[in-house]
Amino acid sequence: MKSMLIATTALFGSTLSAFAEGQLNLFNWGNYTSPELIEKFTEETGITVTITDYDSNTTALAKVEAGGSGFDLVVPSANYVPVFVGKGLLAELDHSRLSNIGNIAQEWVDVAWDPGRKFTIPWQWGTTGVAVNTSVYGGDVNTSDIFLDPPAELVGKVNVVPEMNDVMALAIFNAGGEACTEDLEVLKKVRDKLMAAKPSWIAMDYGTTDKLSSNDLVATVNWNGSTMRARLNNPDVVYGYPVEGYPLWMDSVGLLADAQNVDEAYKFLDFIMVPENAAMISSFARYANGIAGSEEFMPQEMKEAPEIVIPEEFVSAGKFLPTCPQSATELYTAIWTELVK
Amino acid sequence: MRGSVHRRSSGANGWLLSLPALLLLLVAASGPLVIVAIYSFLEPGDYSGVRWIFSGDAWFRILFERDIFDQTVSLADANLSIFWRSVKLSLATTLVTFALGLPTAWFIATRPARSRAIWLFLITIPFWTNLLIRTFAIMEVIRNQGLLNTALIKIGLITDPIQILYTDTAVLIGMAYVYLPLMVLPLFAAIDRFDFNLIEAGYDLYASRMQILRRVILPIIRPGIVAGCILVFVPSLGAYVTPRVLGGGKNMMIGNFIELQFGQGQNWPLGAALSMVLLIVVLGALLIYTRVASKEDPHG
Amino acid sequence: MGKNRAFDVTTLPGFTAIAILAFVLLYAPIVTLVVYSFNGGNSVNLWGGFSLKWYKIAWENEAVQGAAVRSLIIAVWASVIATSVATLAALGTTRRKRFRGQTFIYVMINQPLMVPEIVTAVALLIFFSSVKLATGYSGLGYLILAHSAFCVPFAYLPIRARLEGMDTSMEIAAADLYATPWQTFRHITLPLLMPGVLAGAMLAFVISLDDVIITEFVKSAGQDTLPTYMLGQLRRALTPEVNAISTALLVLTVLILTAFFIITKKRG
Repeated sequence: MKSMLIATTALFGSTLSAFAEGQLNLFNWGNYTSPELIEKFTEETGITVTITDYDSNTTALAKVEAGGSGFDLVVPSANYVPVFVGKGLLAELDHSRLSNIGNIAQEWVDVAWDPGRKFTIPWQWGTTGVAVNTSVYGGDVNTSDIFLDPPAELVGKVNVVPEMNDVMALAIFNAGGEACTEDLEVLKKVRDKLMAAKPSWIAMDYGTTDKLSSNDLVATVNWNGSTMRARLNNPDVVYGYPVEGYPLWMDSVGLLADAQNVDEAYKFLDFIMVPENAAMISSFARYANGIAGSEEFMPQEMKEAPEIVIPEEFVSAGKFLPTCPQSATELYTAIWTELVK
Repeated sequence: MRGSVHRRSSGANGWLLSLPALLLLLVAASGPLVIVAIYSFLEPGDYSGVRWIFSGDAWFRILFERDIFDQTVSLADANLSIFWRSVKLSLATTLVTFALGLPTAWFIATRPARSRAIWLFLITIPFWTNLLIRTFAIMEVIRNQGLLNTALIKIGLITDPIQILYTDTAVLIGMAYVYLPLMVLPLFAAIDRFDFNLIEAGYDLYASRMQILRRVILPIIRPGIVAGCILVFVPSLGAYVTPRVLGGGKNMMIGNFIELQFGQGQNWPLGAALSMVLLIVVLGALLIYTRVASKEDPHG
Repeated sequence: MGKNRAFDVTTLPGFTAIAILAFVLLYAPIVTLVVYSFNGGNSVNLWGGFSLKWYKIAWENEAVQGAAVRSLIIAVWASVIATSVATLAALGTTRRKRFRGQTFIYVMINQPLMVPEIVTAVALLIFFSSVKLATGYSGLGYLILAHSAFCVPFAYLPIRARLEGMDTSMEIAAADLYATPWQTFRHITLPLLMPGVLAGAMLAFVISLDDVIITEFVKSAGQDTLPTYMLGQLRRALTPEVNAISTALLVLTVLILTAFFIITKKRG
């Protein structure tokens, strides 16, 4: 009934309700925001949070760039943060209003995409690797050859998530290149590798958690948190860290330049930097956050999960993806388009 | 003069009655498309949007592709094959929905007046859930560990699951499912006013059932068939959700390809130009079709 | 219309069997959908025992309820608006002498069918955003407007199919008896047209409920509908919560319709 009321007020008096005192509009990936976190925030501050979902960085960017939708906070991936900043869509943060800014773990402060955290606060970070069902393939899983040159058992069974940046990075690392390379020789190798591998893929699809759990997929390029969720359902699933190199990613919260509820937004940003609260974000979506001291508030199963805690020997293979120059992006898009069509 | 009610200055009345619909569409559908038309002649912007510099590149790239490695230009046969695939799948979808939809609509229209409405609602009730959840429900049925394969294995028809998910068959099943009411409802609207005495007359003249169907029924309910086929064929050409979820994204339909340009492809002008091509092709087909249809139409 | 007394002219060989097959096929996925709403596990395709937990979760989740209610509100408005303007347009473009611009009207009305949703979505994003910025209004009106527009052809075509070939003798008779055009429309044309209007309205309603992409691009803060709520989850993992809410909606629909039929039956 209450939601009916809310919807009706939204219909007739939305300008009033959307920008009223004590409101906050968070624009975030779907199924990514812990409901308990929001509940706690509302209890502590009296601010009502409205969450609106998006399903890709590009949609979020297009909508924010067009403007007028009334969002206050957005959660772009690392390589999109400079794009948002470059287009003037994010407001520079006033650190004096963020008493918990010191809680950001040291390694997440001077990040390439936002040096000194001038624009964004860490939300969650993770890795992109491969997930394999060991009952089907018992060999080495710590290689991107799982999808680029699949072993016989996996031919015709591999799924690849349709994320251009992640997949291109894995393939470039596999071919011995650097992230954002514009070296045509490397890229040609990348293209040929991908094109040769495509016939042994079964799909390029999301929804890997469920399908790994139910054995509908036995191998896929996947994110670590999703693989952990699948493993909890299906113990045969393991996560592989490709030794050739694999991408690290982080989604960070930024304050939009045209935000209406700036005070509330600052309160929220400060709130999520409290270790206990950051741990709530992580326990919900199963990815690590960037807040020092949050580990102790996390559930036991996450503290020792091999998907979340990167094993020592694979740490060095993880590389952050910088925002590539437009010229490199154009090359990658061309290869990607050729691949997916 | 007989029929003066409807015939008086038919053009002016026709425009007047259509005006609300036209205004609505102008504001919230066709009008804004002008933006897309303009975008197709611009340069792609950084990571999204457009740069306001004239360029014919998007249109060039529909037919030709430039190899990024040796800069050679060749015919973009991949674009054409995506287009052809979409047409094939949409035609197949139309045929399947028609084969299932005609008997269904006929069945509903021949029920007693009271229960007719119930049957009609029974057709639409599954569609009160939404497209995504229905598509996922279909995935439940056809996936390897799903209802269909489990049942077939249980009764011993097969030993290993058949891979249906992520194939063209899956896309076809999904689209036929999703678009079935779009075929049934217009057919029902046409059959419902059908004068069944005509069939009786046909039988009196010793016509066979096939002849009755072809010579009597189909011509009279033709407007319903036309409406149903347009409502199924045209939207399935641009379908996005079903091919993405059931087709597995490895082989695209034109809708997915256009979406790619506005999304990860970061080439809005190309997406805009591709949609313009689709619009022109469908428009052309529809115009030719109405031209031909109105020539045949005795009321025309 | 004489169909009641004919005993077998209305049946064609195999038609009933195919119709029943069609109904079975239509409901098979719905059955799985309902079954998985009672899943005790966390997944939409991995059975974890019977449980009502997702109903509880959906019941406590205001976001998903709000999205469901919002979907319905938009669909009701959109189908009413689309069916009204489509009925008028169908009356204006059928059963009269061909007039200048008739083809143009026909093409305009069917235009939303001709481009993939994403194209209209991008166009509307750009257009409506500038309107939002200029007026400061960012309510559900934009979504209702957009939905009404793309529902027009879905309402128009069945109505037109009904109208075409519906003969004019009754209306002419009414006019001869000095009925005003409005009386003629209200008491003659509209009742005859009703099955078409009903079919059109139902199509418009379900088409509006289905829409994902245009809604995703037009929505403002806090305006997720059930489909966009699900789209956001697509990349990560869907939970049976959406099954639960969809099942609840289905049950609600069936209850309302049953009540409706019982009431009208008593009256009749």
